[in-house]
Amino acid sequence: MDRIIDNYFNLQVMAGAFPDVLKGFGVTILVTLLVIAVGMGAGLGLALLRSLRIRLVDLLIVIYIDAFRTLPQLVVIIVIYFGLPYAGLSLSPFVTMVFALGAILSAFAAEIFWSAIMAVPPGQSDAAKALGLSRLKTMALVILPQAGRLALPMLTNRAIAIGKGTALGTAVALPETLGQAQSVMAIVANPSPLTLAAMFYLALFIPLVAASRVIEHKFGPGH
Amino acid sequence: MLELFIENFLNIDSLLQIYPLLLQGLRFTIMLAVVALPLSIAWGLVVAVAYSFHIRWFNILLIGYIDLVRAFPIVVLLVLIFYGLPFLGLKLGGFTAAVLAIALNNSGYYGEIFRAGIEAVPKGQREAGRALGFRTWHIIALIILPQAIRKALAPLASNSLELVKTTSIAALVALPELLRSARVAQEQTYNPTPLIAAAAIYFVLLWPFARWVAVLERRAQLQR
Repeated sequence: MDRIIDNYFNLQVMAGAFPDVLKGFGVTILVTLLVIAVGMGAGLGLALLRSLRIRLVDLLIVIYIDAFRTLPQLVVIIVIYFGLPYAGLSLSPFVTMVFALGAILSAFAAEIFWSAIMAVPPGQSDAAKALGLSRLKTMALVILPQAGRLALPMLTNRAIAIGKGTALGTAVALPETLGQAQSVMAIVANPSPLTLAAMFYLALFIPLVAASRVIEHKFGPGH
Repeated sequence: MLELFIENFLNIDSLLQIYPLLLQGLRFTIMLAVVALPLSIAWGLVVAVAYSFHIRWFNILLIGYIDLVRAFPIVVLLVLIFYGLPFLGLKLGGFTAAVLAIALNNSGYYGEIFRAGIEAVPKGQREAGRALGFRTWHIIALIILPQAIRKALAPLASNSLELVKTTSIAALVALPELLRSARVAQEQTYNPTPLIAAAAIYFVLLWPFARWVAVLERRAQLQR
């Protein structure tokens, strides 16, 4: 028992690691927020673009969606970070993470938004047309609010899953929570900083997971 | 310009030189998936069936377990298991550590999926089973689970795809699976073709499955 406390819950080590890990946690939150903003924004944009039903554009969007839905997060990150420099494009770890995870989230979000838009009964847009609403207004005021409600549970789950992927930043030396904790651990030869990092992640994601449960209950199937 | 692009990203010489490495990596990736997938499903099933007995205090614990595991980034879990446990004298190999991290993490996801599926089966089914004299385990295995799995098919398939993709994090603990092998090959040949090849292999193997998942998800959404 003492050994467990000494190794994993060593308060002295944790206190020493706290400033570094906290700094990392700031990076984690920043990357997560940017990924969600980029991913949701681009995903909605792609779904709207699809609703114009231009054949060539549709095809390109489907290829994009399938590629980023299929490739593992870490593979996308590694290809961007270690592959693109050969094409003369060197991105910082921070930009790499935002781009990679943002692209993946946008692919999932585009598909979720799109199938939610399709799931809104066609009578709704017919009615809007009968009332004399323009196509743009029909989309913004009639279709999207309903589609958004349908899409919300899946979007939240996806955003959480991809937000947790920020910890993969450690693979490209992004100084986020996990990376910072690992650096300190290597210096002090004690894994308590990892416990501290885990606590930070849990503090961020447990409320989100709990919130997703509530959202699922409120907007999920059968409601 | 195009030539430079091909020489860098689609270099045949590089590919010929390193393809045995990639194949060996692919073998590890498949082995990881083959071991971790059934283990995770079984673990999640145990959690969900335990929940279905509706013992109040126990279910609060189970929901706590599911949410805790789902909130824990799998990379952090893997690093804790691989780099943290040796301090207690428990040194696991990269393969075991990766399987353990994947299974522990996914037990929460599968647990929640099976749980929601089981809860969606009408109560009358269980009562009818009892009225017909079925034993509890038979009711669960023969009446509840087949219906629950049908209801949960889309998220089950989707999560299984995510699980196979997640095996790539084993690269972080130096297990020479597909991604790690590609990285090693890239560093050996000073050429990113192996990375592109690895991404292409992942895509070709997983794309049909991803399509199927998309169809299932759309069907599930239409049924609402």
